[in-house]
Amino acid sequence: MTSSFAERRPASLVAGVRAVINKDLLLEWRSRARVNATIFFAFLTLLLFLFAVGPDTHIMAQSAAGYLWLAVLLSSVLSLGESFRMEAENAALEGLRLLPVDPKAMFLGKAIANTLFLFLLAVILVPVTVAMCGVEVQGSLMHGVAILFLGAAAISAPGTLYAAIASQVRARDVLLPLLLFPVLIPAIIGAVKATKLLFAGDPMGDLGRWTALLIFFNATYWLLCLLLFGRVVEE
Amino acid sequence: MKRAIDFGLPLLAIAGIVVGEIMGLWIAPAERHMGDVYRIIYVHVPAAWVALLSFLIAAAASFTFLFKTSWAADALAEAAGELGVLFGTVAYILGAIWGKGTWGVWWTPDPKLTAMAILVFGFAGYIALRNLTEEPERRAAWSAVVAIILAAGIPIVWFAVRWWGGLHQNQSTRDSMNAFMGATLGINVLAFTLLFVWFLRMRYRVAKAKIDEELSEPPEQELA
Amino acid sequence: MTLPSSSMVVQLNNVSKRYGRRWALVQLTFAIPEKSSVLLTGGNGAGKTTLLRMLATSLKSTRGEVRIFDKLSGVDNDLIRPRLALVTHDSHLYDDLSAEENLSLVGHFLPWVDMRRMGDILERVGLAPRRASAVRGFSAGMRRRLCMGRMLLVEPELVLLDEPFGQLDPPGVALVEEIIREVQQKQVTLVMSTHDVERGEALCDHHLHLKSGRVLRAVEPLGEPGEATRIAQELEARGGWH
Repeated sequence: MTSSFAERRPASLVAGVRAVINKDLLLEWRSRARVNATIFFAFLTLLLFLFAVGPDTHIMAQSAAGYLWLAVLLSSVLSLGESFRMEAENAALEGLRLLPVDPKAMFLGKAIANTLFLFLLAVILVPVTVAMCGVEVQGSLMHGVAILFLGAAAISAPGTLYAAIASQVRARDVLLPLLLFPVLIPAIIGAVKATKLLFAGDPMGDLGRWTALLIFFNATYWLLCLLLFGRVVEE
Repeated sequence: MKRAIDFGLPLLAIAGIVVGEIMGLWIAPAERHMGDVYRIIYVHVPAAWVALLSFLIAAAASFTFLFKTSWAADALAEAAGELGVLFGTVAYILGAIWGKGTWGVWWTPDPKLTAMAILVFGFAGYIALRNLTEEPERRAAWSAVVAIILAAGIPIVWFAVRWWGGLHQNQSTRDSMNAFMGATLGINVLAFTLLFVWFLRMRYRVAKAKIDEELSEPPEQELA
Repeated sequence: MTLPSSSMVVQLNNVSKRYGRRWALVQLTFAIPEKSSVLLTGGNGAGKTTLLRMLATSLKSTRGEVRIFDKLSGVDNDLIRPRLALVTHDSHLYDDLSAEENLSLVGHFLPWVDMRRMGDILERVGLAPRRASAVRGFSAGMRRRLCMGRMLLVEPELVLLDEPFGQLDPPGVALVEEIIREVQQKQVTLVMSTHDVERGEALCDHHLHLKSGRVLRAVEPLGEPGEATRIAQELEARGGWH
């Protein structure tokens, strides 16, 4: 044997998280046809909202932020579900668990990878929204990036946990949104409000409080889901 | 003692509700601004209070289960979760009727309404998850996780929606309520709580019996 | 004769496992001495896969205690898992990654594994020409070989094989036999379930037979050739639980 058995320590948490992120991003890249399709789905959703509500440009501009985040939210159901479908295919997640890999690393790695995808999606949707709804971007780039990132992260934390649960039961397609959407309501409120201020301008300086809300939501849920994830994947 | 409670509790609850509703729907005076429509609060407020209490119990029982694998806690969480959805839905429908009657709208964005909506829908998902999971251990652990996550969100929801803007009726109702109305409301809340405890005990027993049956011992058999 | 517990790699004490309403394992009590090779037999649904997964700490027992390397399963999983490997029906592979990439994952999560051996191992299991191909295109036999390769990479003390000969062509079967003999040289403890009792018998020195989740023959040393086959048939033919 190349190492004494007493020295067989698994990777550190950081190394484990990095490995999971790399694996997930690599897998997403390999199935990029599906990723592209999900992005087009987001565009399509946005388009449908506009057709359902338009052609009054005033209304469209008012609600642009809402449509953006709803499109991201609906697409997240697809991407989160997919994130665990590939783990369930050959019981790969169980294999990782038995190496062993710390469930905390699994959660952080997958949630971060999911956040990156949703953030990318939101970023792509902004110019589309701006063009189709006739809004302008008044806020700074830094604020914009922060809000998009916080919103993506807010969806990913409980989303990753619930996707792990849903992937292990029947009716997984409907269970994920059923569990996820109620919990996300405050985050969606915060993200939409903040984005609206970034589009329309922030005369009363309200952006701070919505950002604070998003930060607080993320802090609470990332911590909570991290602690609870073990119970969801461990037998 | 147990039989006394089994018998006495429903009697007391029903008596309380009958008395409370007679007081509220007939005897209490009409409200200054809202007229008779307001009377619906004598059912709406107790139902909402009971729903909240139920969800709190479900969350606490779930928390207990994650630390102690107590099947009693799991059964209690199941019972409380269901009753919360029931009473919450009732409260919501009545609240919508009241809203339509007083402000002309079925629903407004408001911390209390939104929090209740999240809890009701959230626990509906909780119930769906429980129904879809056959393994008792998994069912209990996963639904406990869901319940805790819902409960943890409530403070956040509160601030989110308050900043978002709302016009729930709490201030003005209290100002314009005289002592009799207050007492009536109090009696109704108490009576509904007794009713809730009665339902909870029964539903808990059903849940516990089901789990006990699922968890029965392995068959003792000798080799033929 | 009872050996001191520290030389028992696996100890089960009154272990039962329930799935929903069905008891898959019922009151199992046995011990596996170190460096032994145990042939696990039993009909379909007897609980062999469940038992192997439980030994791998993938499943928790509903009742009773499972000790591996004298550590308690469920409590000390992080101490137990690095020292064992399970090769079972589920390949635990990522279809969109190549053979190489799947093996590399082991190295990322287990820093003590010597990943320089990966190339040799891929040769050993006959997958070197396909090392960079996505697993999605692999046949069942090829996946099994890759899993055996992963097991070799980890160098476990306890090797758990669930139907290792299933779905393999004759060269594949021969390869698995070779690998089993190879790891046995390294003094591992082996538990192997198979329906191919004759082949299993030739490789193992102990026998454990399950029926309907119960131990019908505890871990007994095997004597003459053909003993396991004969006993397994007898035990199955006998009436009893179903």
